[in-house]
Amino acid sequence: MIQFVMPLTFHNKPALVAYVTCGDPDLATTREIVLAAIAAGADVVELGVPFSDPVADGPVIQRASERALQQRTTLGQVLKLASEIREHSQSAGLVVFSYLNPILRMGMEKFCKIARAAGVDGVLVTDLPVEEAGEYLSATQANDLAPIFLAAPTSPDDRLKRIAEASRGFVYAVSRTGVTGVRDRVAGDAEKLVRRLRKLTKLPVAVGFGVSTAEQFAQVGRFADAVVVGSAIVRMVEGNPKREAEAVMEFVKELLRNRA
Amino acid sequence: MAALDELERAYEKAKRDPKFQRRLDELLKTYAGRPTPLFFARRLTQKLGGAKIYLKREDLLHTGAHKINNCLGQGLLVERMGKRRVIAETGAGQHGVATATVCALLGFECVVYMGTEDMRRQELNVFRMRLLGAEVRGVESGSRTLKDAINEAMRDWVTNVRTTHYLLGSVLGAHPYPTMVRDFHRVIGREARAQIMKAEGKLPTAVIACVGGGSNAIGAFYEFIKHKDVKLIGVEAGGRSEALGDHAARFRGGSPGVLQGTYSYVLQDEGGQIALTHSVSAGLDYPSIGPEHAALRDAGRADYVPASDAEALAATTLLARTEGIIPALESAHAVAEVVKRAPKMKKSDVVIVNVSGRGDKDIGILRENLELD
Repeated sequence: MIQFVMPLTFHNKPALVAYVTCGDPDLATTREIVLAAIAAGADVVELGVPFSDPVADGPVIQRASERALQQRTTLGQVLKLASEIREHSQSAGLVVFSYLNPILRMGMEKFCKIARAAGVDGVLVTDLPVEEAGEYLSATQANDLAPIFLAAPTSPDDRLKRIAEASRGFVYAVSRTGVTGVRDRVAGDAEKLVRRLRKLTKLPVAVGFGVSTAEQFAQVGRFADAVVVGSAIVRMVEGNPKREAEAVMEFVKELLRNRA
Repeated sequence: MAALDELERAYEKAKRDPKFQRRLDELLKTYAGRPTPLFFARRLTQKLGGAKIYLKREDLLHTGAHKINNCLGQGLLVERMGKRRVIAETGAGQHGVATATVCALLGFECVVYMGTEDMRRQELNVFRMRLLGAEVRGVESGSRTLKDAINEAMRDWVTNVRTTHYLLGSVLGAHPYPTMVRDFHRVIGREARAQIMKAEGKLPTAVIACVGGGSNAIGAFYEFIKHKDVKLIGVEAGGRSEALGDHAARFRGGSPGVLQGTYSYVLQDEGGQIALTHSVSAGLDYPSIGPEHAALRDAGRADYVPASDAEALAATTLLARTEGIIPALESAHAVAEVVKRAPKMKKSDVVIVNVSGRGDKDIGILRENLELD
């Protein structure tokens, strides 16, 4: 069991961090999907907040966001969903994954307070670089939330150091230059980036972008502490109307079939 | 972030290199056609019966708008950085055309992202870009206009950052773009100031420009900011009505927010989702505004007012028939403001209106909207 500063705990090696876009197709179904993923072995769930302009996302998550926004899904509702999930599961880590604007609109302090009260463990703000994160770091620290940052293969060493030092919970290493999306081969940049990060932090490192099969999961799991799977799960949801939770459960079990 | 740092370093270095400025000046002069004239609009002045109206003719620049000032500047930076692929977003198509033009001039691969709604209403520019050798990729997501094109351009850049430069067309985005793009357009105000001093022996009472992202306006304003007696007026797209979604007047209906790497005034809903916008002019149809404009407005140094679709269309016809100049619909918003303002000013007052582009690209829209006798 890997333990960190914040109560985000990876029970397995490698751990699975599962991302879902909340509100796709609706919040009630998202709740079922998340609980199914946890039951199937996901260690941490990233609750994606839909945004009108998801600049870091590829077509799968773009479509999911559009569907969720058609349902008028809000940040407030995602936080409420988090508390409902927390009632059912005390062991899984919960991370709110959002672009900055919805959080700013709610108010950074208010957001952190509500998130903590809902049982959220960590936050990842896609478009907030560590250089601009002063207020965010104070608010998350004051509310016992782990601020998680993205490290990219193109980040130079000094930036990687800043990212590592500001991070809590885990560091999210993006496996390639690009946006979210499933790929046939998870790029070779990932292992190098993880090696560089290990020199700078004792925090666990999760690798994401592109993973969709048990083979890729195992391959990445050899050098990362956790593997993030996002678009592949969202694609399962999109492709299995009326049986989304079931499909995700099967998919997650399949992903983890090689894990001890 | 690494790409932004690289760009900032390359720009800072170029700024200190006199050879860079000389080469840029040479291209601005022999290729783009600078300096642009400052024209005294005698008949328009008489018709409105107030301040003397001068038109800064950015519409006479090569490609038909001010955009090429920035494209030449960034194009030369791309050369210095050793990249060979350039991408851009475009709203009305003028920035896309200017980018494609500069890529043809300097020998770069060029991909322009454009919302499919904008492609429909600015067909002429789509054709021009393709004729110039650029690939135009239509963007189907969201409102299918400028902000969606920017999303797609940013996705491309993030994926291809090692080989590609994102030639952003306005004073938006993450640093260093707002500063750098503003610097490349400062020549507008610098020229206008020298020209008005020669023509009138004094600084203008007011400078008026339309504001989409804000590049032509900040270029026209910048030189005058330190002269506190010169009023600076930015004109936003008032669209069809004041309802959210019917206009693009950021200072009327927006609030501070973050979109596409910039913190500025943004039209958004209560949940922080970015609002759809509307303007008859594609180039003003954007939910955020350049952060320097936000700073000028908050400091009280510049005022921002809306002009409606109807007012802009009327101003187009007025300028065409009074001075023989067909402005771009974007620029027509600035003309619409001078139509309201000049009559209330003294005859000894002097107003400079920045005509940021020509209206050929808008013939289709003008045909749809105007009933010509």
